[in-house]
Amino acid sequence: MGVPVENVPIKQQPTRRKAKGGLLAYSLKRAGQSVITILIVITVVFLLMRLLPIEGYFGDDYDRLDQFQREAILRSMGLLDPWYTQLKNFYVNLFQGDLGTSIIYRPRVPVAEIIIPKIPISVKFGLTAIGISLTLGMSMGVLAAREKGKLFDSVVQGYIVFINAVPAVVYLLFIQLYATQYFKLPILFNARNPRSWYLPAICLALSGIASYAMWIRRFMVDELNKDYIKLARAKGMSNTAVMIKHVLRNAFVPMAQTLPTTLLYTVAGSLYIESLYSIPGMGGLLIDAISRQDNPLVQALVLMFSSIGVIGLFAGDILMALVDPRIKLESRGGAR
Amino acid sequence: MSVNDTINAIDEQSLFEIAQYDAEEAERGGYSDYSYWRSTLRVFMKNKIAVLALLVMVVLLTFTVIQPYLPNQKDPNFIHIDQSTGRQLRNVQPNEEFRFGTNSIGQDLWARIWRGTRTSMLLALFVATIRVIVGITVGALWGYVRKLDRFMTEVYNVLANVPTTIVYTLFAYILRPSLRTMIIAMTVLGWLPMSRFIRNQVVIIRDREYNLASRCLGTPTSRIITRNVLPYLVSVIMLQFALAIPLVIAGEVFLSYIGLGLPLYMPSLGNLVNEGRQLMMIRTLRYQLIYPSTILSIITISFYIMGNAFSDAADPRTHV
Repeated sequence: MGVPVENVPIKQQPTRRKAKGGLLAYSLKRAGQSVITILIVITVVFLLMRLLPIEGYFGDDYDRLDQFQREAILRSMGLLDPWYTQLKNFYVNLFQGDLGTSIIYRPRVPVAEIIIPKIPISVKFGLTAIGISLTLGMSMGVLAAREKGKLFDSVVQGYIVFINAVPAVVYLLFIQLYATQYFKLPILFNARNPRSWYLPAICLALSGIASYAMWIRRFMVDELNKDYIKLARAKGMSNTAVMIKHVLRNAFVPMAQTLPTTLLYTVAGSLYIESLYSIPGMGGLLIDAISRQDNPLVQALVLMFSSIGVIGLFAGDILMALVDPRIKLESRGGAR
Repeated sequence: MSVNDTINAIDEQSLFEIAQYDAEEAERGGYSDYSYWRSTLRVFMKNKIAVLALLVMVVLLTFTVIQPYLPNQKDPNFIHIDQSTGRQLRNVQPNEEFRFGTNSIGQDLWARIWRGTRTSMLLALFVATIRVIVGITVGALWGYVRKLDRFMTEVYNVLANVPTTIVYTLFAYILRPSLRTMIIAMTVLGWLPMSRFIRNQVVIIRDREYNLASRCLGTPTSRIITRNVLPYLVSVIMLQFALAIPLVIAGEVFLSYIGLGLPLYMPSLGNLVNEGRQLMMIRTLRYQLIYPSTILSIITISFYIMGNAFSDAADPRTHV
């Protein structure tokens, strides 16, 4: 699910230099950089989309149209203009808040109208999955660290290896195949049947559970031998209190950085799960849009996804600074 | 003789002169029969599960390579026809002749699976090698050359924000499906995580105290790199290489899933899983999903376990 937690500790190299104007100035600067990043990303994708073969714009109608009809259609879509004119038109419309209308997926329907109804479903699944993976993953990690070397630990480790090594679609297929049969759960999603929500939500949580469990376990094993933990024990703190007040709080700092990104991407939908269970969410929309060469829809989705990426990183840094008072965000000297 | 006299006796100038590296002196002070690779091997061998994974992997890969030369192997693309009826032998259950059965048009699944494993491994090897080479080169430059850091970080931030799905899909559409297309799609931005990882490692190791000390003593940069920095990176590189293989296989499965995989005459693990998926609702035909998925999982899991164990073993801190 999203960014692997294991890479995080290296990523954050907080500088302890003096603040140059506080969180607000920092946020403004970051926001400016983020906007530029998003603009570059959508420009690159815009140009790449223009490299796609022309036939794709007609779908099944290609053979039925003659040369002139094809040209007329392309002209009406504005695709015969030179690329810089197309790019200019795109940006002019974008800054007027107009994302354009879909050209193939659902012709002449505004892009926003296609995307917005899909959001609530993906959001519900995403939030449930994050909830499940945080609670289950963290408790599994804590227990595994306590039982280090025993059976439960081996089971958790095996689970982590399995989820990380095997391609998601393979185990998702088998879960769909056998869990539906064994627990008599419906095989396809149906908004009115609450029983059809269980499996997709759990499946969506599986990789998150593995990455949180892995991180918490490793962190606790490393941390439990440190001096401040020994001191806390010597003071007479109970094991549980040491865990919650010291270890978990420290373990949460790097997690806080990736949490917003993970959250946003999970909420934006999972391609596999939404397509396996036919959930009308946002997961498969992007691929549908690219394969049908529905440029305005692709453009809007790329805008959405790259914003999600950038906002997630930004929110992660802020959240990390809030969780850990030692970290100062301002003037991080370029190196992220 | 008092302490002061001793101190004065040392020529002040000599305190600030660089002590050149002297092989004999170095031997005298710190001789041990420590050998990096031997210790790595010893630590690795202690990990039973990793040794098992290595064994499984070696056996499986050897078999994959020699399979076509064994007797009684069938052509993976040959459509078998029943001699008496003249019909294709479709969906034949696993039996003595077709060990894994046949698929929906009568091709031998056993032969297709091993051919598919070869294709997927070849793809994985290509992609992983390119990712590692580009990743290390870019990452090392990014980490060492301080002037580049700012610029590279900005470039990274832009490129890393392009969703992988878009890159895969766009390239698969712009170029027609083939092995080359897949390699391009998976490497064009695939080196990014690797380069960031190497960059962070280089930044961390570059300014460690022991490297500063080495530099002050006048150790040549080449020696610092080969003796102090590389042993650390070897473990990291091996890990990334081993982990890249499950990742590339997953990428191939993904592309096949969305219909942009390799053409069907070129069986691959992704293709086979995808073909099996289309039949999985018919209970008697599930073997067409189960066999390729099992082989695929054994490969990815053994690479994953092996890579992790090797990187632990190659970390000099575990050599006590």
